[in-house]
Amino acid sequence: MDQYGTAPSPAEHPGIFRSEEMCLAQLYIQSEAAYGCVAELGELGLVQFRDLNPDISAFQRKYVKEVRRCDEMERKLRFLEREIKKDQVPMLDTGENPDVPQPREMIDLEATFEKLENELREVNQNEETLKKNFNELTELKHILRKTQTFFEEHEELQVEALLPLEVTRDLHAPDTPALIMQLRFVAGVIQRERLPAFERLLWRVCRGNVFLRQSDIDDVIQDAVTGESVNKTVFIIFFQGDQLKTKVKKICEGFRATLYPCPDTPQERREMSIGVMTRIEDLKTVLGQTQDHRHRVLVAASKNVRMWLTKVRKIKSIYHTLNLFNIDVTQKCLIAECWCPVNELERIKMSLKRGTEDSGSQVPSILHRMETSENPPTYHKTNKFTRGFQEIVDAYGMATYREINPAPYTMITFPFLFAVMFGDMGHGTVMLLAGLFFILKEKQLEAARIRDEIFNTFFNGRYVIFLMGAFSIYTGFIYNDIFSKSINLFGSSWRNTYGADFFQEHLTYEEQEKPFMLVPEKGFDSPGGPYPFGLDPVWNLAESNKLSFLNSMKMKASVILGITQMAFGLMLSLYNHRYFKSDLDIKWMFIPQALFLGCIFVYLCLQIIAKWLFFTAEANTVFGYDYPGSNCAPSLLIGLINMFMQKSRDKGFEGPTCYLNFWYPGQSFFEFIFLAVAICCVPVMLFAKPYLMWKEDQLRRGRGHAHLAPVELILLVVALVQVPLMLFAKPYLLWRRQKGYQPQIDQPGTSGGFQQSVRADMNGEDVEVVQHADEPPKENGASHGGGHGHGDGPLDMGDVMVYQAIHTIEFVLGCVSHTASYLRLWALSLAHAQLSDVLWTMVFRHAFGFDGYLGAFITYALFFVFFFLSVGILVLMEGLSAFLHALRLHWVEFQSKFYGGHGYPFAPFSFEKILQEEREAEEQA
Amino acid sequence: MGVIIPLVSVSAFWLVIGLGGPFLVPKGVNRGIVQTMIVLTAVCCWLFWILVYLHQLNPLIGPQISVKTIRWISEKWGDAKGVKN
Repeated sequence: MDQYGTAPSPAEHPGIFRSEEMCLAQLYIQSEAAYGCVAELGELGLVQFRDLNPDISAFQRKYVKEVRRCDEMERKLRFLEREIKKDQVPMLDTGENPDVPQPREMIDLEATFEKLENELREVNQNEETLKKNFNELTELKHILRKTQTFFEEHEELQVEALLPLEVTRDLHAPDTPALIMQLRFVAGVIQRERLPAFERLLWRVCRGNVFLRQSDIDDVIQDAVTGESVNKTVFIIFFQGDQLKTKVKKICEGFRATLYPCPDTPQERREMSIGVMTRIEDLKTVLGQTQDHRHRVLVAASKNVRMWLTKVRKIKSIYHTLNLFNIDVTQKCLIAECWCPVNELERIKMSLKRGTEDSGSQVPSILHRMETSENPPTYHKTNKFTRGFQEIVDAYGMATYREINPAPYTMITFPFLFAVMFGDMGHGTVMLLAGLFFILKEKQLEAARIRDEIFNTFFNGRYVIFLMGAFSIYTGFIYNDIFSKSINLFGSSWRNTYGADFFQEHLTYEEQEKPFMLVPEKGFDSPGGPYPFGLDPVWNLAESNKLSFLNSMKMKASVILGITQMAFGLMLSLYNHRYFKSDLDIKWMFIPQALFLGCIFVYLCLQIIAKWLFFTAEANTVFGYDYPGSNCAPSLLIGLINMFMQKSRDKGFEGPTCYLNFWYPGQSFFEFIFLAVAICCVPVMLFAKPYLMWKEDQLRRGRGHAHLAPVELILLVVALVQVPLMLFAKPYLLWRRQKGYQPQIDQPGTSGGFQQSVRADMNGEDVEVVQHADEPPKENGASHGGGHGHGDGPLDMGDVMVYQAIHTIEFVLGCVSHTASYLRLWALSLAHAQLSDVLWTMVFRHAFGFDGYLGAFITYALFFVFFFLSVGILVLMEGLSAFLHALRLHWVEFQSKFYGGHGYPFAPFSFEKILQEEREAEEQA
Repeated sequence: MGVIIPLVSVSAFWLVIGLGGPFLVPKGVNRGIVQTMIVLTAVCCWLFWILVYLHQLNPLIGPQISVKTIRWISEKWGDAKGVKN
């Protein structure tokens, strides 16, 4: 049933040490079963589909209609969500994972959403209309009420004034005597802000012949359309004549004042009032019912909205994926190409089977494993603990396929190097507790879905923080430093060397403050041995020369730790070479590199250790030479410089510059040998590998077995010529390539319909025999930078040489500069210790100078300041700083010895990932 | 405490952890990683300890302390051999 292209190789389970073995698979799926199979694969989340239709635009793909339908559905759902949020109805989000609905269910979903959307729109429309009516009626009510007062006042005036101009209340009487002027009025409502301008304009236009009365409406009215609340004012304008009427009406229109028909007689007004009130009550009821209805609809919808959204997103992603597939000629079968881990092939096949059966298709789906020379994606299986460290490594560069993954080693070396720079028991404890809190509460904190980015950064790194804190406590114990104080657990190894008469001489206050050295010949308890675990507590008392001792110790420790880590990196590169079976690399890259590192830097480490073991403070015989004392202890740094310069020095420890002499017999000879070997390694690193690759290339081309002796000679000359080549070859070749690239199609001998070619992959150091079916050789230039070794094209010597030169220079110079770079371990540790000391001495210690209750209060206050500054400056700021530097040490100094980092990550088609991304995008917006 | 005792005991401690620890890891997916971590921890911690220890084995300079603190040392920690106080 299922076919294999070739028998699968025994699957290695390297765990996280190397990336997973991936294979390219072809899937043949029936068109009916396609949806179901992709749904199952999406739930599984283990395959990465490739786009088989890259040249077809998004609008021409097969399933573009379905994608559009999904987009429509999503739009409707988002509209629903907005309405639900507007009414502040809580949305139920159980976070459950609903199954992917079948294609036929999609129609049902569409119908449901359509109905809901229409209903909601209708309800919204009705509500708007009702609200508008309600507003109008309310305004009318106010008008009626206010105008009542106007007319009443007017009556009084009339009665009092007995004016010749009589205003009759009976304005409807058409045949009033002409002497009695008829005052007409309009009543309306206008926004309060517009009123002053309105009045002014009226006065100007009507030349003062109109009379305006106004009164504010106290209630705030809600505008139906915009929903904002506005303040309105009732106005009534009295005027004479028709011309003024038109003018007034026009001005009212211009200021968007709504005019209402107001009856003149009080009875009519009263009737109208009553009518208006009843209508308002009715409207209120109807409005209430409409809003209730809307609320009910939204509540019913809110229970399902999130689930629907998840379903729709899943459907959309399935159709997007289906668009990547190829339809074969008969239109019945879909072909897909995907990357998948070899270990999971069984599970993938099971998913395919399930999907096919669920769709009721008779024809089974086929998974066919393909051989390919393309570079597979890099896939590391991580859990919640290892993910933090893997992300740190990936941030620098994704590992090349199947090369050693530095992450498992980083899990310990990174917190360790951090701790060497951070080393304080107290601050380490704070960090440990913080990490522990995050770890113990991780379930609650994850569920809370906190969006703050800084919090998330710390939370995701909780295991890293925990380990950093733990190691910091250990290194703090060794540095004997807890909040800048030392503890004396095992008894110091230093004793007093001054007698009673000395103390008699120094009795006054100033004399007592003078510092004197406890010389190690007398004061150090040699047979008792040094302080067994960590730094002797006496050094914390020696404020004047504590740093001399500590600096020397930390620098030497940093150099030794650094060289150890770089040697470890070099060893890992050996593992890589052995895995990729590149003999060339082992012999001509690894060995010269190891020799170079060994002859100079491991020699330096050995010197440091020898100086520690053999050179004491008192006079002695060291390596057969008379050693007068500590002033003649050899200076290692100057000794190294002199070794490079091959300076001739005296032997033994005589003279004023005894610390610059040779200090073990045969030193000049050994140093010369080491230097010579190291220098010889450089041209070997530079030329050996390219030469051998060239030779291999020649042999493969069948240009005959070379007569080795004259050819070697010729090639030696060629090697020397490479130097100007290195300078000019690559630029010239690039210029030529720009002028016109002519692909060279090599057709080596075919065998039975298959073309065989040997591919020598430069970066992966891989040589494989690849059989491809009869198709034109694809231009496969995508994978690596640097030198390409195409099997079918000519070996590009220029590229090869340049790459090799870069690599050599990087390693040689890197060895020196990286060793010095590790001194940052010392520098940061010093800075941390000094800051800690400052905080104690300058902030907290002052509290001890006060007595009694004042002292207690000041201690309380100063401790507060001390603690917050400690956490803020020392834990957070120094912690971040040490984190960054430890990261840099790993990325540059450690990984440059072996890491390629040219891979691309495995991005499987997984519903989980897609839903998570969409949710995050939502929360961001 | 002598020179040998701490040297041997601490080295033995980390040696036991580094060599014996990996065998105590239960079988599972993460066995390799945990073993690597244990060995690396043992190596790093031992290395750091011995660097500090070796540096203090034969000190070339001594601490420079004020007279009043030296008096305190004399009383609390004692005098060196041959010092009359």
